[in-house]
Amino acid sequence: MTSTLTISHLTKAFGGVKALSDVSLSVAPGERVALLGHNGAGKSTLMKVILGLIAADGGEISVCGAAPGNAQARAHVAYLPENAAFHSALTGLEQITYYMRLRNEDISGALPLLDRVGLAHAANRRIGTYSKGMRQRVGLAQALIGHPSLLVLDEPTSGLDPVSRRDFYELLDGLAADGAAILLSSHALTEVEARTDRLLILSGGRLVAKGTLPELRREAALPVSMQIHAHETHEAEIMAALPAAVRMNNAIHLTCGQDEKLTTLAQISALQGKVADLDVIPPSLEDIYSHFSRRDGQ
Amino acid sequence: MIARILATAKTEIHIARRNRWVLIAVLLMVVFSLVLSAAGSAPTGALGADRLSVLVASLTSLSVYLVPLVALLMSFDAVAGEVERGTLPLLLTYPVARWEILAGKLVAHTTILIVAICAGYGAAAAVAIVADPTAVSGLIALWRLTWTSVLLGATFLGIGYALSSLAGRVSGAAGLAIGLWLGLVVLYDLGLLAAVVADNGGRFTTTVFPAALLANPADAFRLFNLTASQATVAASGVGGAANAIAPWQSLLSIMVWPLIAIGVAAVAFRRVEP
Repeated sequence: MTSTLTISHLTKAFGGVKALSDVSLSVAPGERVALLGHNGAGKSTLMKVILGLIAADGGEISVCGAAPGNAQARAHVAYLPENAAFHSALTGLEQITYYMRLRNEDISGALPLLDRVGLAHAANRRIGTYSKGMRQRVGLAQALIGHPSLLVLDEPTSGLDPVSRRDFYELLDGLAADGAAILLSSHALTEVEARTDRLLILSGGRLVAKGTLPELRREAALPVSMQIHAHETHEAEIMAALPAAVRMNNAIHLTCGQDEKLTTLAQISALQGKVADLDVIPPSLEDIYSHFSRRDGQ
Repeated sequence: MIARILATAKTEIHIARRNRWVLIAVLLMVVFSLVLSAAGSAPTGALGADRLSVLVASLTSLSVYLVPLVALLMSFDAVAGEVERGTLPLLLTYPVARWEILAGKLVAHTTILIVAICAGYGAAAAVAIVADPTAVSGLIALWRLTWTSVLLGATFLGIGYALSSLAGRVSGAAGLAIGLWLGLVVLYDLGLLAAVVADNGGRFTTTVFPAALLANPADAFRLFNLTASQATVAASGVGGAANAIAPWQSLLSIMVWPLIAIGVAAVAFRRVEP
């Protein structure tokens, strides 16, 4: 299957400062890709280039087979900006109706669409009276208009409560299952860990890592940490058997490289009867993210 | 294309109605027109013109200030407001051309202007005709004033959009709009009059002055309405110079200015980077 979004060797600078350098990526239909990075890493710039809002300095971009920002591309791409803003004098229904008209969609679907994001009860209230979470839902509703082939979502869950977040990701799963390609940026790392197919890490305008979480985990080769609770009297013996272990908060902590994991576990199981409990803690997404972001000198 | 322009127009009318702009524009026009109609009723007999024709001359002097002001007030926020609210980037990712967005706003704001102008002039004309039934002979002049007022309004709407695109911020756009209104509508004439007085019938008065009047959309509007309705007798100051300029010249200026202003606005809006 050909990719919905393909970017190769994209470069963009603002007045001599490189915002993006040599970025290459692709998003296939039905794929959910998370874009991670610090503030200022270039996430929003990358999204704006994809949307055709700002022009790239170099590189090639294909959005649904067209150049970014041209009419054909815009007809197939939906965008949810960070902190979605709307005119406060309009009602939610008027705003969505307007966007549907611009996309040449039947406006009778406006109310069902607001219902889909849980805003039907506020449809006839002015957006000026909405909370941040409600405005974000209006933003989400407009991104669902028509059947976009590519959704570009800039921190879509900021301002949403945990339940709304779960509903949001369920909506995304449905869209991806229907073949939409999804590129979303987020700060909530644990959230995208479970809900996306692939991760891209942007740091200082460079794509420093891309792949599935297990792939990134392997590549980062971060140490695994283990926490051992000893039966009261055996603590000293365990400490003696595991020279690398340290005592902390009534537990014994041990870290080892990925390739030493099984050997270490074998050592611990040899201490059967002395160990009350064992937790193996793989490196978290935060650890992996920091590893890749920092590697670039940030 | 038409559907997208109308969609934008409809939304803009919703916004203008909620922000009370429709009400403000209509009230301004009606109140001032009625005041003029009451105040201007005295000199009728002396001039030998019908009451409505005299009213048209007064309304021309009023509209030359009021229509540009209302148009600028409605338009200065058009682009800068979208930029400042952060609504522009999202709008520009929709399959709608920038000129279509601008055209939609223009349709909405022009519609509101038409409503306000018709309400204002209509109210004043109704009063005049009730008081003096022979005044119906002045309806042609009133009709001419109405459509030229709309064109004058469209010119200043275009200028407002252009300023709004160039300023980038709402406060800056508001300042530019007020400055431009003062310059084109008030100071321009004062400057010209001062120059004419100083020149004392020399080359400036015969060649530069008529061209300078035609170059200003507000002056062209005033000239055309005063010469065409032959109400120059009732006019003084700049209007008195109207005899030197043929009506087709001022008409051309009135017709061309909206195109220039809207064209400049479209170019300025294209250069806005969200």
